[in-house]
Amino acid sequence: MTDAISIAAKRSAPRNQWWDVWDQFKTHKGALVGLAVFFSILALIIIGPWIWTQDPGFVNLRARNQGFSAAHPLGTDQLGRDMLARIMAGGKVSISVGLTAMLLSITLGTLIGVLAGYFKRLENLLMRGTDLFLALPLLPLLLLMVTLFRDPLSRSFGPETGIFILIVTAIGATSWMQSARIVRGSVLALKEAEFVLAARSIGTPPRRMITRHILPNVMSPIMVSATLGIASAIITESALSFLGLGFPPDFPTWGRLLFDAVDAMQLYPARVILPGVMISLTVLSVNYIGDGLRDALDPRIRGR
Amino acid sequence: MFTFALRRFLIAIPTLLIISLVIFLLLEAAPGDPLGEVPLTVPPEVKEKMRAALGLDSAWFVRYFLWLKQFFWVEPLNLVDYLFNTQYAEGMQRVISFQSRQPVMQIIAQRVPQTLTVVGLSYLIGVSIALPIGIYSAYRQYSWFDQLGTFISMVGFSVPTFFTGVVLIIIFGVKLQWFPSIYDTMHRVTDWQSFLVQVRQMAMPVMVLSLYNAAQISRFMRSSMLDNLNQDYVRTARAKGLTEKVVVLVHVLRNSLIPVVTVIALGVPTIFGGAIITEQVFKVNGLGQQLITSIHSNDMPMVMTLTFIFAILIVTFNLIADLLYGILDPRIRYD
Repeated sequence: MTDAISIAAKRSAPRNQWWDVWDQFKTHKGALVGLAVFFSILALIIIGPWIWTQDPGFVNLRARNQGFSAAHPLGTDQLGRDMLARIMAGGKVSISVGLTAMLLSITLGTLIGVLAGYFKRLENLLMRGTDLFLALPLLPLLLLMVTLFRDPLSRSFGPETGIFILIVTAIGATSWMQSARIVRGSVLALKEAEFVLAARSIGTPPRRMITRHILPNVMSPIMVSATLGIASAIITESALSFLGLGFPPDFPTWGRLLFDAVDAMQLYPARVILPGVMISLTVLSVNYIGDGLRDALDPRIRGR
Repeated sequence: MFTFALRRFLIAIPTLLIISLVIFLLLEAAPGDPLGEVPLTVPPEVKEKMRAALGLDSAWFVRYFLWLKQFFWVEPLNLVDYLFNTQYAEGMQRVISFQSRQPVMQIIAQRVPQTLTVVGLSYLIGVSIALPIGIYSAYRQYSWFDQLGTFISMVGFSVPTFFTGVVLIIIFGVKLQWFPSIYDTMHRVTDWQSFLVQVRQMAMPVMVLSLYNAAQISRFMRSSMLDNLNQDYVRTARAKGLTEKVVVLVHVLRNSLIPVVTVIALGVPTIFGGAIITEQVFKVNGLGQQLITSIHSNDMPMVMTLTFIFAILIVTFNLIADLLYGILDPRIRYD
């Protein structure tokens, strides 16, 4: 007890709570390593193309299927395209699909969760809808959506943007349910809190109530499920690409690179391993970050 | 409890109906044409006749109700006929695949055994590995075993199954030549020798899927054990002088298994979905592989029926999980 008082006395300015979160996060070694790995992958795919300026689509039929060399550090593929450049370009697509799909699914999930938790009239309808979505066979439907709507979308937005929109929407529309449930649970608990009663008693309108008092307090579960959402979106995108239902062939993503290399995996196993390792490393690091965040954002664990 | 079960069961029916409508409308909204493969030289009026033969000329709700009737009435009657040698379903139109012109249910019945042996076995193995690992790593929390188990299970559900599958093929199929990389469905088990062949061809897909399942279930087992190990009743049991084995394996384990059992039940339908990819990697021609082939060839009745069967599995196992939870946990009362 005396310790706590002396620490409180020493601290002159009130500390931002995110510093506490960071302090707790730092104690989780796996999460720190995960953060470091994730940032180095991000650096590789963002800064990498500025340093390694080879065009990932440049076909050089004289340098097909080469091994590791100085000219091509990770070798070349069956059309002589540089693997390092393709891995970097593929990562850019895979990670941006992951991030955008996560944003979409979190926005949807939070919106539905907050509405269902805050407004009693909507609750029944929205939560039955969530249950219905949870009962849908998601992977088959995802495959179906991506196959069926691929042509019209790529016709109206061009092959790359069209497929990007399609995949992001498909993943987002099939993954928001978990976060909606979590958010609704937290909102229901928060609604009974005294500060909410106080805010209501001074006449705060529902809109400001949600943006001012409810949303900031449900940030932690949202952040955790956002982190885990990135991981599952990356896996889903690469699974779609692996089944041949993802991006068009000349448009590299990690899943697509893996899919293209599977045919020749007996001769050139490195071309399968490289994109696979990149997917796995990214997902693993993101999952570890999520694990650490969950501990760091849990006030029962923090400060112990 | 009974009223709860009845209510849940009654809710499941409209849920399934809405799901079937959603799947049907999604297929309907799609611009794909089942006659897209027909050569351009075929004159349009013949094409019209072909469409009519496939039943595509009527309005969507007519076809939807026809499908409902076929799925819920004609197909069960056919099953009865098959089992008891009766003729109730004679002359009734079954759900026919556009692609093979064969009743959809026949194709599914041909493919279920492959999926069940590979997927079912891997789930069993996954669960039986996961439970002891989860129990021991919770009991020795933060020991090297726990750290290693945590890391492996993190890897297990972070590495996508198509990558583990491909890596296993490269290691065991190509380099070491221990297992065949392609699953041979025509293989019949007649004696010990052919049984060994069957085991060898099942080894890799089962390994991939059980690693993935074990990773998730062992995490649940561990955290559920940890929740219970700090409870007061554990201290009481130890204070009574019970041996450590009895405390952990009887008192704590029984209580910790409650949520895990429901998680295991909930996982059963998702493994069918997850197996789509693994079946594709190892060329196992099960249900998942059939689904992908049918999607590619716009075989709408097949896709519709298969997807709906997946939905039935999910709804049924959700129901089972809910009921199990109520039966196993006396603290839960559905009144």
